[in-house]
Amino acid sequence: MATDEINATKTRQAGATNFLRAVGAVVWKDLSAELRSRELLSAMLVFALLVILIFNFALELDLQTRRSVTSGVLWVTFAFAGTLGLNRSMAVEKDRGCLDGLLLAPVDRSAIYFGKAISNLAFMMIVEAIVLPVYSLLYNINLFQPGLLLVILLGSLGYVAVGTLLASMAVQSRTRDVLLPILLFPVVVPILIAAVKASGGYLSGAEMSEIMPWLNLLIVYDVIFTAIAFMVFDYVVEE
Amino acid sequence: MKSKPRFLTILDIASVLLLAVSAYLALIYAPEEAVMGQVQRVFYFHVATAWVGMLGFIAAGVAGIAFLRTADLKWDIIGIAAVEISLVFFLIAIILGSIWARPVWNTWWTWDPRLTTAAITELIYVAYFMLRQGIEDPDRRARFGAVYTLVGAVSVPITFMAIRLFRTIHPVVIGSQSAQAQGGFNMDSGMKVAFFFALFAFTVIFVDLFWNRIRLGNLAQKVEQLKLKIMS
Repeated sequence: MATDEINATKTRQAGATNFLRAVGAVVWKDLSAELRSRELLSAMLVFALLVILIFNFALELDLQTRRSVTSGVLWVTFAFAGTLGLNRSMAVEKDRGCLDGLLLAPVDRSAIYFGKAISNLAFMMIVEAIVLPVYSLLYNINLFQPGLLLVILLGSLGYVAVGTLLASMAVQSRTRDVLLPILLFPVVVPILIAAVKASGGYLSGAEMSEIMPWLNLLIVYDVIFTAIAFMVFDYVVEE
Repeated sequence: MKSKPRFLTILDIASVLLLAVSAYLALIYAPEEAVMGQVQRVFYFHVATAWVGMLGFIAAGVAGIAFLRTADLKWDIIGIAAVEISLVFFLIAIILGSIWARPVWNTWWTWDPRLTTAAITELIYVAYFMLRQGIEDPDRRARFGAVYTLVGAVSVPITFMAIRLFRTIHPVVIGSQSAQAQGGFNMDSGMKVAFFFALFAFTVIFVDLFWNRIRLGNLAQKVEQLKLKIMS
């Protein structure tokens, strides 16, 4: 009886470590492949900088406008660069038949989802980590506030949670490159609204009570959509 | 092949009659609203079509979950029927709303929660059809469609709440009235008759269309199977 219980706990623990190890392996595979080729990061980064450049001319980012539109410009940049990265990271798996290999691995399918989502999040954060100082430098505005960084983390998390799921659907369709943004943008509207509002709040030094609802919304969205993606990912990769 | 069910034919005729009566009630029977005038009559069909769009939206989400649980293609046919009907009725509701908003709000469009949410729902539906179009394998198409309706069904209410944190000017005729709303009014008994009749009529029309569309989906599936049989 007692040994049974101990064994059950042991298997459960082993299951959990196996799951984490599988997630870690997928993340590691993506990161090391990216470190060697650097195709995805460089594309996202150059694209992000170009978007900022375009905004500069499209909006005439003078001192007055800048104050009110900075958070919007940042989030549009992240969202556009994000789709580029999501598309690429899933397309690579699909084209070279890696996805089939991953699916054959004797691990839970959701481990593959979490692995891909974490590596996508890492790519997005790296891009953001470079865009933020460049933007601060170009427009002489201090973006390194802990609150703003928290908003960027939460926003990227939700964006990537849904994005990874939808990207794995989009790459399996005929019109995949154009499909992802069309699928993704209407669904991540709450993230973009909340993130823009919360970032704007931190940048303009608004009261915490004004920012809090938006932060809550971001957290709720993140939790709900991570859970949904976790539950339905199986159906998306099933053959 | 099964012929058309008798009850469905009756429902078809009933839908047409109900639509005619509802149009009479809305356009002639109901009294003219004092402030907004004739344009207020748009309201009856506007709310009714929006309500039907909502019904279709909920039906699509439920069908999506049911498909993922059972992997039965009949739920996919139900899902696509619901999405198609909801797409059309939301579009009608948006257009009717714009016609009303032009004189009352002095603009065709504002970024109010209800308007924006309806527009985003439309975009999600269009994306849904584009997703389905790009996939040949019927089983996978059904699975992806179900996953996407589920994601959409969860995100749309959150979108609504998110935009609601902004101020809204859309009037709430049923239930409490917000202070900033413009173009609200109280319904008198004639208006109430027209309003609830329109709701009822459009619900029947929804059921009728839904049923016809599911039947069409089943027939299309049968044709597909027969085609495969001939080719093999």
